[in-house]
Amino acid sequence: MTTPTAPNATPNDTVDRRPTSTRFTRALGFSALIGIVWLVVFGLFLSPNDLEQGVSVRNMYIHVPSAWLAYLAFIVTGIASAGYLFKRTRSLQWDRIAGASAEVGVLFMGIALVTGSLWGRVTWGKYWTWDSRLTTTAFLFITYIGYLAVRDLGGSHHQRARRSAIIALFAVLEVPLVHFSVKWWRPLHQQESVADGKLSGLMLFSLFVGIVAFTLLYVWMVLHRLRTLTMQDIVDDRGLDVALAERRAEGIVS
Amino acid sequence: MSHRNGRIANPAISVAIRMEPVVEPVVQLTGVVAVVGGFPVLAGADLTVHRGEILLLRGPNGAGKTSLLRLCAGLLPVERGVATVLGHDLSVSRTAVRAFVGMLGHSNGLYADLTVTDNVRFWGATVGATDDEIAASLARMGLANRLADVPVSRLSAGQRRRTALACLVARRAQLWLLDEPHAGLDAAGRDELDATLREAAAAGATVMVASHELERAGALATRVVELGGGLVREVPMGGPA
Amino acid sequence: MTTWRVARLVAAKDLRIEARSRVVVNQVLPFSLLVMVLFAFALDNDTVLTRVAPGLVWLATLFSMLVLVQRAFAVETADGALDALTVAGVRPSGLFLGKAMAMAVQLVVLEVVLLFAAIVLYKVDVGGAGIVLLVTTFVAATTGLAFVGTLYGGLASGAKGRETLLPLLMLPVVAPVLIGATRATEAALGTNGASPSEGWPWIGLLVLFAALFGAGGTLAFGTLIDA
Repeated sequence: MTTPTAPNATPNDTVDRRPTSTRFTRALGFSALIGIVWLVVFGLFLSPNDLEQGVSVRNMYIHVPSAWLAYLAFIVTGIASAGYLFKRTRSLQWDRIAGASAEVGVLFMGIALVTGSLWGRVTWGKYWTWDSRLTTTAFLFITYIGYLAVRDLGGSHHQRARRSAIIALFAVLEVPLVHFSVKWWRPLHQQESVADGKLSGLMLFSLFVGIVAFTLLYVWMVLHRLRTLTMQDIVDDRGLDVALAERRAEGIVS
Repeated sequence: MSHRNGRIANPAISVAIRMEPVVEPVVQLTGVVAVVGGFPVLAGADLTVHRGEILLLRGPNGAGKTSLLRLCAGLLPVERGVATVLGHDLSVSRTAVRAFVGMLGHSNGLYADLTVTDNVRFWGATVGATDDEIAASLARMGLANRLADVPVSRLSAGQRRRTALACLVARRAQLWLLDEPHAGLDAAGRDELDATLREAAAAGATVMVASHELERAGALATRVVELGGGLVREVPMGGPA
Repeated sequence: MTTWRVARLVAAKDLRIEARSRVVVNQVLPFSLLVMVLFAFALDNDTVLTRVAPGLVWLATLFSMLVLVQRAFAVETADGALDALTVAGVRPSGLFLGKAMAMAVQLVVLEVVLLFAAIVLYKVDVGGAGIVLLVTTFVAATTGLAFVGTLYGGLASGAKGRETLLPLLMLPVVAPVLIGATRATEAALGTNGASPSEGWPWIGLLVLFAALFGAGGTLAFGTLIDA
């Protein structure tokens, strides 16, 4: 069984006290930061108010990218779960990608739900509508929390990986079912996002910047989380070696 | 055999084993590490078991006896090392070996609301045993009488143990794994158990017993190993441990 | 032994256990009737109750199903029977189908009783026009619920601290069944002016749900019950 090595580790390291960043992630993080500053500048100041919604349209610059990332994270978790289950080698890296993406995804989903709710309150006077997108996102949020709980059930790394991969794939099945049943249930409330089709060039550009910035942020966070998860697994394995030595010592005395 | 309380084990009915295919050695463990909840219950165990042996596993509580048996049954994943049982590599698949293994663990694996006969019939049916074979198992363990239609929840601990044994006999497994099987049985029950195990070994099965009952199991066993700290040590028979 | 034979064996065993112990009849059924009564206490309005009766029936079914699933697997873990089934090499797909079949039977009984309770307590009117739709709804929804319950029940059984996971995992997944079954039942009963023809698309959803989870569960059950 090959144990993965921590990034930047030197052969004689006995204590891993280095950060999880590499040149690549530093560059990535820097770009994400620039992107967010850009977004703030454009989103809050330079882009115009919407004709109908006024200032509140600026919520869109956070809400839409968050929602987009939430779904991207979900798709990545699904693909990584399938990758773990269906590749011959069953590499644990797939499992860790799925877990890292899920954790970051939950964060963005929470942001999307809150900003969406506030936007609804300001624009239509209601904190919540039963439209399929919002409701499905809420369900996805809860499903993810369940998925993260399943990851913590214990057992060996591979047992955790197999179990959560299966749960993730069932979640992938569940989401379209929820989406369609809610859509058929409340067709009257089917409201397309205001962001479709009525945006001026500058607004669209800001939105695009926002999506790019958030995506960079997502990748940056997932990479870091992936590395801490890898190191966590290494610690577990090293802990096993220590525990093995202790265990064998038990036997010598008796 | 005991005639107490009308429980008569019928020694005329012998234990049968399904013998295809024959594999030797039956169990081969090399440097096997098994982990439960982060704790290495087996820390590099080496063991070879041959067909027809009755192997006694000794050791203090927590030494890894139960884990070793569970591993051989395909219940515990192999973390490190190589474990081959009846020709099946457990790192590759833990499910293939299960058809040929019978285990009597700490719990009995019985359904409390069903009767003795229901239980043995169900467990026998899972291995495709015929009605005759099931009836034979019941009779062999002295259960084919007034106890047959009693729900398991109303049986004593010793009677439940015997029911579980009947289920095990019905399986006609090649490898028998028993974890503290004598616990809860009275003297007559223990005699019957020993006779059953000897017959199984004579019929071609391999038996591994984890037990604290050193004298009795020592008399029963053809070979003894000691577990300590997740490792296995041979114990020469007939001398001081 | 074929998977189908194993499934029949396991289903018969589960139903026999229920026949002997009567836990569903003596405990789960009264619980679900109690839930129906509590709904009436909470909603306190006869017209409202009649109107939302289909939803309440399925809601009560879902809550009762949590208890049903716990019971189905408590039976297996009480004396290590699930472990023993694993060691015996019983095919997990057969085990899954068998337990799902037994659960479906118990669920149907539950739902029929709840329907009668709705007729009595919420003054629901069951006309002849939608009977076929009604029966189909019950069958399709129950199948899906049984599959999901067995699947997640298997995961949540075993180690301590897992039972609380069952509602969290299962209820979001069965939301489409709740929506679909309620709408189809409303159409069948003519609640809110719905006509039976509106119910049939929902049946499609329920059947799709059952098919997906039936197939998925058959494949995945073995891995989920493995420690």
